[in-house]
Amino acid sequence: MSTSLLALEVNHLSVNFGNVQALKNISFNVPTGSIISLIGANGAGKTTTLRSISGAVERKGEVKLFGNSISGLEPYQVAGKGIVHSPEGRGIFPNLTVLENLKLGTMTGPHAEDHFDQNLSECYLLFPRLKERLRQMAGTLSGGEQQMLAIARALIGEPKVLLLDEPSLGLAPQVVKLIFEIILKINREKKVTVLLVEQNAKQALKVSDYAYVLEVGTISLEGKGSELLNNDSVRKIYLGEH
Amino acid sequence: MEEFIQHTINGLSLGSIYALVALGYTMVFGVLQLINFAHGDIFMVGSFFGLYAMRFFAPHFQPGPVLAILVMGCAMTASAVLGVLIEHLGYKPMRRAPRINILITAIGISLFLEYGGQLVFGASPQFFPPFFEKTQFHIFDSVTIDSNQISIFLIACLLMTALQFLVFKTQFGRSMRALSHSLDTANLIGINVNQVIRITFMLGSTLAGAAGVLYALAYPKVEPLMGVLPGLKAFVAAVLGGIGNITGAVIGALILGLSETYVAGYISSTYRDALAFIILIIVLLVRPSGLLGKKRIEKV
Repeated sequence: MSTSLLALEVNHLSVNFGNVQALKNISFNVPTGSIISLIGANGAGKTTTLRSISGAVERKGEVKLFGNSISGLEPYQVAGKGIVHSPEGRGIFPNLTVLENLKLGTMTGPHAEDHFDQNLSECYLLFPRLKERLRQMAGTLSGGEQQMLAIARALIGEPKVLLLDEPSLGLAPQVVKLIFEIILKINREKKVTVLLVEQNAKQALKVSDYAYVLEVGTISLEGKGSELLNNDSVRKIYLGEH
Repeated sequence: MEEFIQHTINGLSLGSIYALVALGYTMVFGVLQLINFAHGDIFMVGSFFGLYAMRFFAPHFQPGPVLAILVMGCAMTASAVLGVLIEHLGYKPMRRAPRINILITAIGISLFLEYGGQLVFGASPQFFPPFFEKTQFHIFDSVTIDSNQISIFLIACLLMTALQFLVFKTQFGRSMRALSHSLDTANLIGINVNQVIRITFMLGSTLAGAAGVLYALAYPKVEPLMGVLPGLKAFVAAVLGGIGNITGAVIGALILGLSETYVAGYISSTYRDALAFIILIIVLLVRPSGLLGKKRIEKV
């Protein structure tokens, strides 16, 4: 695969928290236009991987965006380059209104500021429920709506690569389904490359072009989404089948 | 009744000065969960710069609005610079340090400014000349309001309105409120958190500098330790209103200013300074989150 087709290249990424090695020399690629997921149990290092790509934790190793190194950049600079992060736990600001949350999505740069109105009306198409709740405090939204707000805010930032951290966490199955449909739409219609971190392996693998299984800081398995769905050990460990 | 109105006027004037200082405490706490104990000393430095600006400009200008703007402008600019320096040299290197270290840093900076101030400005009190001709207006027979009180109240209201606009209507304000909920999330979604923190210190210090000049207008004597007590009282006001809450800080400060003048007027001025701390103890016992503060649920 030629370099220009890779949106993200992660090479030899290691992260230490004190004496604990959270990530041990992991490498993976995110081709442009794809949905790539990292699945794994709690504490496997999924969130740490996303956070270190964003530059929020000290790391060793290199991260390249479209062939250019983004090592050493602050998180706001990484966001400015087009890697927009939707943090875990529905990282929205409950003390701000829905509209204010969305406006903060434009912190990624002047282009996002200029296109705010247009991007906002496109977001309404994906998330019609947010439109009705613009003036409401974000903390009063339901869990699913908060997750939608977090994704919408990231889209307002005009991502080239969208980092989604556990978008299905704590949501009802119906809502989870809806969220994954939206993720697919974002990828197919808006041509946004997605790096997805999930505990919900089944749903994640269904939408993914390619996936990596993280196990205590190392990649233990990788393959196409559909292949992993049928892989015996994945079925046993992550899909709860026997 | 007339006595009561008189005390109310005096109390509002004092309270609006406390409010300007309390806003700085509460904004910095909002973004960093840090009590900036040097804040009262920034207030002091502000009034000294006001004094020097006054001495510099007074020969060239008549007392009046132009002189007022020049003096306030110098004091506020100097305090803003000082606030940014303190944040950059004192607190920024400590961003990941344990809370207690940062608290001790704050106390250290406070002592540094107080005693460094004695070295630079001299320890003896200096007279602060008014930048308006002081005129008294009689509202009723025995109720008076003077031009200083009016200007203190008006300037404080103007600054607080400007702040309100900044915090609730601009992208900077949204970023600041986002930080006060979660610095980490703000960081991840692309907010330049260090810049927001810097501007927050700048704004808080600007208001403290303005308050320093206004305080010197009401109590025309400046000296390096003058910031200690008003600083502590404004801190109490911020806690009373709910620390981290901007509206709360203003309400808390007005309550404190009013109750101080009522106590001084009806009971004895001996108890005036004790009142703030009595209020602090009561708030901490009865409603630790303050009047408008949210209860923080500690997640385990």
